[in-house]
Amino acid sequence: MSSDDNNHAQPADPGRRRMLIGATSAIGAVGVGFVAVPFIQSWMPSERAKAVGAPVEVDLRTIKPDQIIKVMWRGQTIGIMNRSKRLLDRLTGHDDFLLDPASAVVEQQPEFAVNVHRSIKPEWLVFNMHCTHLGCIPQVLAEPGSFAWEADWPGGFFCPCHKSKFDLSGRVFKGVPAPTNLIIPPYSFIDDNTVIIGVTGAA
Amino acid sequence: MAKPASNLKKHGLELFNWFDKRLPISDFWEAHLAGYYAPKNFNFWYFFGSLAMLILVMQIVTGIFLTMHYKPSAEEAFASVEYIMRDVQWGWLIRYMHTTGASLFFVVIYLHMFRGLMYGSYRKPRELVWIFGMLIYVLLMAEAFLGYILPWGQMSYWGAQVIVSLFGAIPKFGGILTEWIRGDFFIADATLNRFFALHVIAVPLMLLMLVVLHLSALHQVGSNNPDGIEIKDKKDADGIPLDGIPFHPYYTVKDIFGVGVFLFIFAFIIFFSPELGGLFLEHDNFVPADPMVTPIHIKPVWYFTPYYAILRAIPDKLAGVMVMFSAIVMLFLLPWLDRSPVKSIRYKGWINKTLMIMFAVAFIRLGMLGMAEGTIAETYESRFWTFIYFAFFGLLWFFSKYEKTKPVPERVTK
Amino acid sequence: MMSSIKIKIKSKIVFAAVLLLLSVSVLAAGGGKFKQVNINVHDKSALQRGAVLFVNNCLSCHSAAYMRYNRLGEDLGLSEDQVRETFLPANAKIGDTMTVSMTADEATAWFGNKAPDLSVVGRSKGANWLNAYLTSFYQDENGEWNNTVFPDLVMPHVFWEQQGVQKAIFKDEEDAHGYTHKVFSHFETVSEGSQSAEEYQSTIHDLVTYLIYMGEPARIQRESMGIWVLLFLAMFTLVAYMLKVEYWKDIH
Repeated sequence: MSSDDNNHAQPADPGRRRMLIGATSAIGAVGVGFVAVPFIQSWMPSERAKAVGAPVEVDLRTIKPDQIIKVMWRGQTIGIMNRSKRLLDRLTGHDDFLLDPASAVVEQQPEFAVNVHRSIKPEWLVFNMHCTHLGCIPQVLAEPGSFAWEADWPGGFFCPCHKSKFDLSGRVFKGVPAPTNLIIPPYSFIDDNTVIIGVTGAA
Repeated sequence: MAKPASNLKKHGLELFNWFDKRLPISDFWEAHLAGYYAPKNFNFWYFFGSLAMLILVMQIVTGIFLTMHYKPSAEEAFASVEYIMRDVQWGWLIRYMHTTGASLFFVVIYLHMFRGLMYGSYRKPRELVWIFGMLIYVLLMAEAFLGYILPWGQMSYWGAQVIVSLFGAIPKFGGILTEWIRGDFFIADATLNRFFALHVIAVPLMLLMLVVLHLSALHQVGSNNPDGIEIKDKKDADGIPLDGIPFHPYYTVKDIFGVGVFLFIFAFIIFFSPELGGLFLEHDNFVPADPMVTPIHIKPVWYFTPYYAILRAIPDKLAGVMVMFSAIVMLFLLPWLDRSPVKSIRYKGWINKTLMIMFAVAFIRLGMLGMAEGTIAETYESRFWTFIYFAFFGLLWFFSKYEKTKPVPERVTK
Repeated sequence: MMSSIKIKIKSKIVFAAVLLLLSVSVLAAGGGKFKQVNINVHDKSALQRGAVLFVNNCLSCHSAAYMRYNRLGEDLGLSEDQVRETFLPANAKIGDTMTVSMTADEATAWFGNKAPDLSVVGRSKGANWLNAYLTSFYQDENGEWNNTVFPDLVMPHVFWEQQGVQKAIFKDEEDAHGYTHKVFSHFETVSEGSQSAEEYQSTIHDLVTYLIYMGEPARIQRESMGIWVLLFLAMFTLVAYMLKVEYWKDIH
């Protein structure tokens, strides 16, 4: 650093230089932060995805007693089951074998479904069919005793992937891989015959 | 001394040393930044190299994000661009950054090239720097053309139709060659799909490699300067050029300021005039591609229009294409056409100065004529400026050697 | 010495700026064909009136397949319920785009071709053209609708009840080569419409404002945030300049 006439002199005011480096770096970093936001948010669901994920209306008149239909809502298979009195009677008497019989895990259902039938109207079960273990769709084994492996099967759902079992309210049995009850999505009744999935509250 | 802060510093240094022993980090820093001595008299024209780097990086980043939403098919391309503009969160901003960046890339590159022309930066020993730079320019034009087809609007479609048809001028093989490029009998889905692949992967990879070569060649011989004198000829006892200053921190802080000014202009266009009156985004490209209707006023994007004007000026298909391509080839030859004893225009005589101004005017005027409608008068004018454009190279060859030059100072003037 | 170089540098910057301006001015020169209209996409009430005009008069034949109803509500300051009542067709959802029920086949049977989608017509044609076009319908000698901006078009004059009926007067003009051409001169009113000329112009201005907005809904957000981005960058540039000056004190 011996150059005669051109450079590397000690700065006259090192404090000012440090301050300006700090200020430029800070504003630059904030700028980079601002710019990152649009790029990160561009990965969020687009308006089209949201439109496709809009609430779905289902006409209940076509669903016969003890029958189940499947509809898509936000890429999830939603089951709508018309449970007759005969099936509703099978929701009790096996609480000891259930992991969460009282639907205590808050995230698994809206408040209106914290009851034994896990629904607004006892007969209509509206539920997210994806197994809470790894997302497969369980088989519907609604008839009591219809499960070959279990003599006292009360009727319910059986996941073929990893053998998780749920009762007719989607409550998980003990001793299976699935950690929680099946999810009840937000839904409400527009009128006696129409349910809308994706919207909670009175309508 | 045993403050936690200094402890942290110590560990940080150890970590850095661990890496530095295994990877030439500080060698690289020393060779290309802190220990790279650049002439201290860089002026306004020396901002554009680093700005071109900045734009290249921005184009790659915004381009990657656009590919996440874009669909390279004739059926879906136009709609997917509107999807980006409307439905994807901030998609409009990312797309405008990309479209504005594309045009400003050419603004910066043209200014960067003109700088080289003025100060003789292509002269010995920097011939390779210029050749690599020219290759970058040609690839950049290819990249821009390939990208322009992607929105699949009318200008995309018919621009591609015209440019691909240029290859049809080649005798004998023209027909089969154009079919091979398109992958169909017209500009079609297959064409769009392959142009997409070239635009997002093949050409950018080549561009990056060429940028490395361009900079390696530059740092091997050192930067030129507005006086066109070699700072390495005058060194102090330590072997440091007397007129050199370390690139870092002096030119890094200067370039950061340049980046600020550039970003201000960039943001102004993005937020207040992304179409720039039809220059950066053409109106007809908001009409979906229609193979049955050619837009009445068809022309390429502004950065191609000088060459387009040359093409239109020549009343013969094959000759026009050849003259147009030779307009670019001539630029490659500059290092050997300029035989002046001095590098910089500052020390050349008035004839050479006039030649350079004429060349710049010819290029700009041809660009304007390429955007115009192509009346008979405009065609004649295009021929005049085409002549001037080519005459420049011949006259440069002659007058650079025979015109008297001014004495060049020993040291840079600043 | 210093000052002469500074002047040199400055003259070069001026030179570069002039070159840039030169090239930009070429474009500006091209826009004189139609009457200039100034559009303000931030005028929410004009946008709302324009949207109603568009949905009631254009959307029966022309789709706007990239425009979503909920986006319309958000940008125009309308609630979801207002959008449902005013704009939404009976069986459409709030997130749907503005499609038409007329199929391509029906359209071809009735009009000869499918009416073009108008989502981005504001960007391809521009405000001046749209304004000129929508005010230049006239009835020819055969009682058919025609248009001086877009001659021999298929589309009837949708707003004839508002504007009334006008006829176009042409005059003969000789060009440089001695050929005579029929050149449009002016309109003459045949029958008054429900709106005065000024009212009709204002109606069309609302509609054009809406079409320009619909061509690029992001424009509202773009223009309102742009000023903050520029202020931020100006601040950054200023500090960076001070840093540059500080470092360059070393260099003599």
